[in-house]
Order: sequence, then structure tokens, then C-alpha cells
Amino acid sequence: MSLPEPAADAARLLGRRARIRPAEWLFWALAFAALFLLPERHLILNSIAVQALFALSYDLVLGFAGIVSLGHAAFFGVGAYAAGLMTKFVTGDPLLGLAAAGLAGGVVGFASSFLLLRGSDLTRLMVSLGVALILAEIANKAAWLTGGTDGFSGMAVGPVLGRYAFDIFGHVAFAYSLCVLFVLFVLARIVVHSPFGLSVTALHHNPLRARAVGVPVNRRLVAMYTFAAIYAGIAGGLLAQTTQFVSLDVLDFNRSADVLLMLVIGGTGYLYGGMIGAALFVLAQDQLASLTPQYWHFWIGLALVVLTLVGRERFAKRLGAFARLLPGAR
Amino acid sequence: MAAVLETIGLTRHFGGLVATNAVSFRLEQGARHALIGPNGAGKTTFINLLTGVLSPSEGKILLEGADVTTLQPDARVRRGLARTFQINQLFAGLTPLETIGLAVSERLGGGADWWRRFGARPALVTEAIGIAERFRLTDVLDRKTAELPYGKQRLLEIAVAFACRPRVLLLDEPAAGVPEAERHDLLATVAALPRDVSVLLIEHDMDLVFSFAERISVLVQGALFREGTAAEVAADPAVRAVYLGEGDDA
Repeated sequence: MSLPEPAADAARLLGRRARIRPAEWLFWALAFAALFLLPERHLILNSIAVQALFALSYDLVLGFAGIVSLGHAAFFGVGAYAAGLMTKFVTGDPLLGLAAAGLAGGVVGFASSFLLLRGSDLTRLMVSLGVALILAEIANKAAWLTGGTDGFSGMAVGPVLGRYAFDIFGHVAFAYSLCVLFVLFVLARIVVHSPFGLSVTALHHNPLRARAVGVPVNRRLVAMYTFAAIYAGIAGGLLAQTTQFVSLDVLDFNRSADVLLMLVIGGTGYLYGGMIGAALFVLAQDQLASLTPQYWHFWIGLALVVLTLVGRERFAKRLGAFARLLPGAR
Repeated sequence: MAAVLETIGLTRHFGGLVATNAVSFRLEQGARHALIGPNGAGKTTFINLLTGVLSPSEGKILLEGADVTTLQPDARVRRGLARTFQINQLFAGLTPLETIGLAVSERLGGGADWWRRFGARPALVTEAIGIAERFRLTDVLDRKTAELPYGKQRLLEIAVAFACRPRVLLLDEPAAGVPEAERHDLLATVAALPRDVSVLLIEHDMDLVFSFAERISVLVQGALFREGTAAEVAADPAVRAVYLGEGDDA
């Protein structure tokens, strides 16, 4: 398969977006190092991994397909309940539970994607919000199935791969969630750098031109939205399995808003933004909530206003400049 | 000769306004055909009907004899009808190589390919490079499209349409806004388009029209006003009256 010189160069240029950068190795090395170095923090790290997967899913929708949504919790919540029901009534095997969660998220995502094809960003915001509200109310009313406001409990989640039983310190939970996150991240990375992924990126940049080169825009959006919804469903399933409980707030509006915040914090369209944002968000929530339990949203609101008005890049630069003024800095 | 693109009684109303009025138009196989007309003659509406951005109120569009009137724009492209835009419609964040590669990839059915790296198929790469060479883009292959000189962007605009390997290529004012220094490259590549691509040129620039087109159709107030060889149209006093006389400054 040897190509002539210019074509070999071109193949290299075309593959460049997909090249793995050193910072990526560092990111995952740190994540897996936390398994061994921070055993006493595994509970919160697990919750970061779950939120990171959810935010990764939202990045596929917002950052790559360019669909704004305020109802991404719909798929997360459906996935959580699906994993719960699977565990309680069918099998305790976690991976089969995740498959059920992904399937449920994907089915709801596929069905609702058609509602988002037409219309402006505002329409999409409202429709996605509406779908999530409807599902939240259904979960509330169907208390015989979901437990309603009391929550869904009585799940006996079996050991992962039949060997690793969940413990109360979250050791197995974090390892499990991190591995799932990693595998799904690798898959997402392959997909966004594929011809399919590039066509989705392109149609986000310019739908008019994308159509004019023969990209079936609607079909691509449906496919990407469904793919992301599967991820969100699996994230919900992870939460259900690792906490052995599902409460109504898996479908809550706040969850959709939070995932948007995470992505705004970390940046869209490069896959890591959601994960970094999720880590910062969960850690900040944890720290600030223990300092001033009532005022958590005050601080996150302030951070949001500063971040969006000043801009992330400039903010990081200013922060860097400020850090250099500190005593002890070079 | 067989018409590669044909419209039959194509009509489009906007409320009470008739933007395109019963246009029956034929583009012959291998044609170098220009569509001209004063501002507001309905050229843009006609193009949007042909490409499927708008649907007609009445009439039919045939592409190589097949009725494509109800097809979506992307489906028409896959059938062999590609266009360029009067105002650049490019992917600002992609490079010219990626842009051309995307068009080639879509034509080769690559949109369903989600597991391989973009550029992993040698056929795609070879073809994309060939197109980049034809349109004199090899020196900027790897620059961001948004940073290219305007003339290069116009070339890319045509290259990406050409990469769809069209049977019919609609060029919507390809030279619009191109500075004099970069104009030569553009006109030369347009003139060198292969004959198996039939070209319909929509243009204001009379130099370009008469240097390129063998046949010319004149659109006035949404209807076909005259059609003939370049020489016939140039000599037609009625055309001069409605168009050439007033349009020299356009």
C-alpha cells in the first residue's frame, strides 16, 4: 500500500487530527494513577468518572454535532432506571446492566432526535427540555416501577466480570467506571476522527456546504445524537450500579444544566473538555458545598459569568499572569 | 444532443411575486452555458430550485432524464449536480485537503465509515491530491481555510464542488470579488474543466461570460428572455437594451 510521495504526505496530513498528543497520555496516566494513589478519594472520583462520561456524551452532541440541548438528563435518567430494572428483575451482571442502560438511552435518543432536526437553537433547547420534563414526570407518576420520590432501591449488583464485588469504599466502583469511561472515550475518539466524524464536524461548521457536497445532514445528526444518547444512558447506568440506587434527580433539569456548565468550563469539541469540566465541577461542588452548603450555586454562578464574559482562554492567561506574580513563582 | 439537465415549466411564487416564471431550460451534454440577467432577474431563485434549496410551485427538473424535482439537495449532489456559491461557503476550520477529502469521501460512501481514520483510504488521498493539483491548491493544502487568500478560497469553492465528480456543475459568480492578480488562476482552471462536466455559469462579469460560454440564456423578471449562441446574444439589440446597456458597471 505504498503511495507516491505527495499522496503519502497528504495521507499524513489527513491523519494529523487523529494523532495522539503527549498531554493525552498524561491525562489518562493521571486518571489511572488515582486508582492507586488516592484510595481514600475513590467515592468522589467515581462520581467524577460518571459525570465525565455524561459530559463526554454531551460534547458529542454540542461540541461536534452543534446541537444545543437542555434535556440531556433524559438519556442519563432512562439509562439509570434501565440499569436498575435490569439488575432487579433480570440479572445482576453489571456489564449486561450497562448494555440495557445504553440501549434505553439510545432508543429514547433516536426517537427524540427527529424532533431536533428542524428549527433554531431556541427550538432545540425548548424541545429537548420538554422531552426531559415529560420523562421526569412519567418516572414520578410510575412509582410502581421506579419507586417515585422514594427512589428505586433493592438492586443487588453482582461482581464485575463475576470477580470484583462492589465495596463501600468505592474502590471497585471507581476502577469499573474509569475503565468504562476509558473504553468509551477511545471509541468516541475513533468515531470523531473517522470520515463519519469529520462529516459531522463539517456540517456543524457549515450545513449549507455540507449538503452541497452530498452529506445527508439529517441522517448524520440522528446518528450522532443517538450515539451520544447511548453514552449518556451508560453514564446513568454506571451511577445506578455504583450507588445501588436511582432517585428521581437522574432526570432532573439541574442535571441537564450542570452538564452544560461542565462543558462550558472545560471547552467543547475536543473530547477532553467535558471530562476536565466534570472533574473541576464535582471537586468545586464538593469543596464549596462543605464550606458554604447553601451558597454553592452562588459560586458556580459567579464562575460561569466570569468564564463566559472573559472567555476561557483569556481567563487562563490572566490566571497564569497572576500566578507568576505570586511569591515563590519564577 | 441529449440534455443533461432540463427544466420544464419551472415556476416559483413568493406570495404574489413570481420569482421564476415557467422556465423551460436545457443544458446540453458537455455544455459551456451561461445564465445572465439584470439584478433581480431571478437567477438566484433559479439556482436554488435547481439545487433543491427551494421547491418549485410548479414544473419539473430532470437530471439525466430522471425526475429529481422532489429530491433533497444532498441527494441531488449524489446524483451528479454540484454547485459553487457566490459567497464562499467553506468549512473555516478545515484545511483545503480535508475539505476536498470530505467531498471525495462522501462520494465514495465514506459517511458510513466510522471506524477508520479519515485519510486511511489510499483511493481517497490520491484523488484529493489530484483535485488539489488541478485547482492549484497544493501550496496551501494544510492551511486553515479561513486563513487562505481570497482567490485561493474561490478556487477551493470550485474544487470542492468538482470533487463531487458532478455531471453538471453550477458556477455561481466564481470570479466575484477576486482581485486582479489572482484572477488569472481562477479563469484558467474554469476554462480547463473537463468536457465530461457540463457547466452552467451564472455571472455578472461579461468578460468572463463571453470568454467562457458557448451558449447564453438571458433571464429577465423570472422568465427566459432570449437564448442562443454567445454571438447571437451579444448581437441582440433587445438583450443590449435590457441588460448590457445598464449592466456595464455591475
